[in-house]
Amino acid sequence: MSKVRVLVGTRKGAFILTSDGKREKWDVDGPHFAGWELYHLKGSPADPNRLYASQCSGWFGQVIQRSEDGGKTWHQPGTPPGESTTGPGGMPKGESNKFVYDGVAGTHQWYDGTAHPWEFKRVWHLEPSLTDPDIVYAGVEDAALFRSTDGGQSWKELSGLRKHGSGPHWAPGAGGMCLHSIILDPSNPQRIYIAISAAGAFRTDDAGKTWRPINQGLRSSHIPDGTAEVGHCVHHIAMHPSRPGVLFMQKHWDVMRSDNAGDLWREVSGNLPTDFGFVIDIHAHEPETIYVVPIKSDGEHFPPDGKLRVYRSRTGGNEWEALTKGLPQQDCYVNVLRDAMAVDSLDSCGVYFGTTGGQVYASANAGDSWAPIVRDLPAVLSVEVQTLP
Amino acid sequence: MIRVVLPPHLRTLARVDGELTLDVRGEITQRSVLDALEAAYPMLSGTVRDHVTQKRRPFLRFFACEEDISHEQPDAPLPEAVVSGAEPLYIIGAIAGG
Repeated sequence: MSKVRVLVGTRKGAFILTSDGKREKWDVDGPHFAGWELYHLKGSPADPNRLYASQCSGWFGQVIQRSEDGGKTWHQPGTPPGESTTGPGGMPKGESNKFVYDGVAGTHQWYDGTAHPWEFKRVWHLEPSLTDPDIVYAGVEDAALFRSTDGGQSWKELSGLRKHGSGPHWAPGAGGMCLHSIILDPSNPQRIYIAISAAGAFRTDDAGKTWRPINQGLRSSHIPDGTAEVGHCVHHIAMHPSRPGVLFMQKHWDVMRSDNAGDLWREVSGNLPTDFGFVIDIHAHEPETIYVVPIKSDGEHFPPDGKLRVYRSRTGGNEWEALTKGLPQQDCYVNVLRDAMAVDSLDSCGVYFGTTGGQVYASANAGDSWAPIVRDLPAVLSVEVQTLP
Repeated sequence: MIRVVLPPHLRTLARVDGELTLDVRGEITQRSVLDALEAAYPMLSGTVRDHVTQKRRPFLRFFACEEDISHEQPDAPLPEAVVSGAEPLYIIGAIAGG
């Protein structure tokens, strides 16, 4: 019988939740890396037992961790447990913590409009290659895209993104200037989509050498030029692997859709109670079925009316239904952060999301009903799901 | 041998218990001790000082002989008691928060 493994990153460690295909009874393993912030964990599609994790701390900076056994044990790439950490001549075997911008880092715009040097802070998102477990991409703050081709032992910036021209005009959002979304096109290895708060979405069609902003159609009333080429606070983007030219976006405000690989966006917020939010995801088998969690506003990061509701559209947007069964419908004031929703690929699609209140909710029926897997974790930063044979 | 006491999270990362000892060549300074620390425990690279600037991370402090030496120059000699091994160099996570 199939299994699912849910990888949960929190403010104080990582947790791994496992269940069989029924998704009724769960084993909870953790905390791994107790006391550290785990911004993101993700498994390799090419080798599901190869996991990558971004471990960081305000005190000690960034650490990359890797597992070869589905999260039972971890090590920093290049330093396998039990082996010497140095090679001949005392040189480190790996430099997995080292994220250094390519060339002169330059400046971006600071909150007050002045130029501010690019400074690496943390890895927000790790995206393993679809085909090679040793290739993995890292989206970092201050916004840049890095790639490792040796299983995370060393990292090199794909600096064409930061240096494509608009970089000096990028400015951080309230959560920092983070590259938080990385989407690899399964039909075209040359094409990658990324999104940055608060610069916008970008696309490469040559495997990361050159990039172009893909923000036409976005409207952001809080920036000086509401239809500018860059400067939009994109919170998350999603793509269904069967239709790689169709993208969905949860922007700061507005839920958006593009049917031409981001060349043009149109709003599909429709009848949502509020179109502010962070997460957006797509049903594993129905590419027109999408999910969001509306949040009241940019000033009040909690669900409207204290009711935690996932909204589902079966029409690719505009027409939304509230999914409430099993979710708290009073006095609920949690948030659901941008990387904290995922789906499994079992026949009856499972949907999962985590909250800043430490709950991880699961639905084994595409959102019709929900139940908490756990209720009292630290604030959840990210949720990823692996469907295992 | 130079004795170094790491904060608990870095001991976990380096897979060491208690204090550690380092064979440090040349003059004993913050820089030479940290160079030796990162060479022996490369998983700590970037956790005590920045990879590029080599500056101490803002929320870490260095103590020796009950003195805060965080603002000493990286190439200033460490106290004789640290050089002789009588006292350790403490790397401490600052108390931050409310």
